[in-house]
Amino acid sequence: MSDYTIEREIEIDAPVEVVWRTITEPDLIRTWFADVADVEARPGAVGSLTFRADSDAPNVVGITVVTADRPHRFSYRWVYPPGERATETNSTLVTFTLVADGDERTRLRVVESGLDQMDMTEDDKRKFFEEHRHGWQVQGDRLRDLFAAGRASP
Amino acid sequence: MTNASDDDDLWEAVADPTRRKLLDLLVARGQATATTLTTEMPVSRQAISKHLALLQRVGLVDGHRQGREVRYEVREQRLAEATGALSEVAKRWDRRLRVIKQLAEEAHAAERATRAERDADQRPTT
Repeated sequence: MSDYTIEREIEIDAPVEVVWRTITEPDLIRTWFADVADVEARPGAVGSLTFRADSDAPNVVGITVVTADRPHRFSYRWVYPPGERATETNSTLVTFTLVADGDERTRLRVVESGLDQMDMTEDDKRKFFEEHRHGWQVQGDRLRDLFAAGRASP
Repeated sequence: MTNASDDDDLWEAVADPTRRKLLDLLVARGQATATTLTTEMPVSRQAISKHLALLQRVGLVDGHRQGREVRYEVREQRLAEATGALSEVAKRWDRRLRVIKQLAEEAHAAERATRAERDADQRPTT
């Protein structure tokens, strides 16, 4: 099975503990991620994320915490079918890694793997390509960034 | 939908930096022959022909014979299949990380301000 992986990173001018709280506390998750977050940073904890809670058909996504090693590593599985248990083949794995750079600076990396599990409709793909056709010309080898993380070993 | 081994082939095709560069050039130009691509790449025409043949085999480019040359163009739908989901996910994470950064930095600044205030209160007045 192939395992597509995305890896992104950002430098934050705040201590690791503050960044940890930002990515794990439900009240804060609501600000940067889902509209409603029922999440507990404890290995094995099963919760949910709700997107567009104010719409007629809110999207509720299951989330299962895998690792909660405060304040260094937080990982969870998500995007698995409702009612099912999260497994390696029905979900993607998101891993946050926090590395302190002095007392007041943190390097936050997020890796999402197992993306080949995701379905995208043909329409979505076409739309995506249309939107980005020009971007490719301007930005040069932007595919390079996408694949910088390479392919995780199976 | 494509099957798993099909996806693997696609991935292998775009995982190579030279082939990605070729795809980028083809997207930018619309169409090109191996000869014209050779002028823009630091590899031999023979190597470029091999890469183009592989890209054609997995359906990422189409070749049309024109006289003695073959003109290649990207099959957009297929390329979108190979890269679309990934870049969409990457963009979403970039957005989220920017908000996380902003939230954490604001929280940190607020905590510092509170601490400074407390320290000022505790300092004996002279």
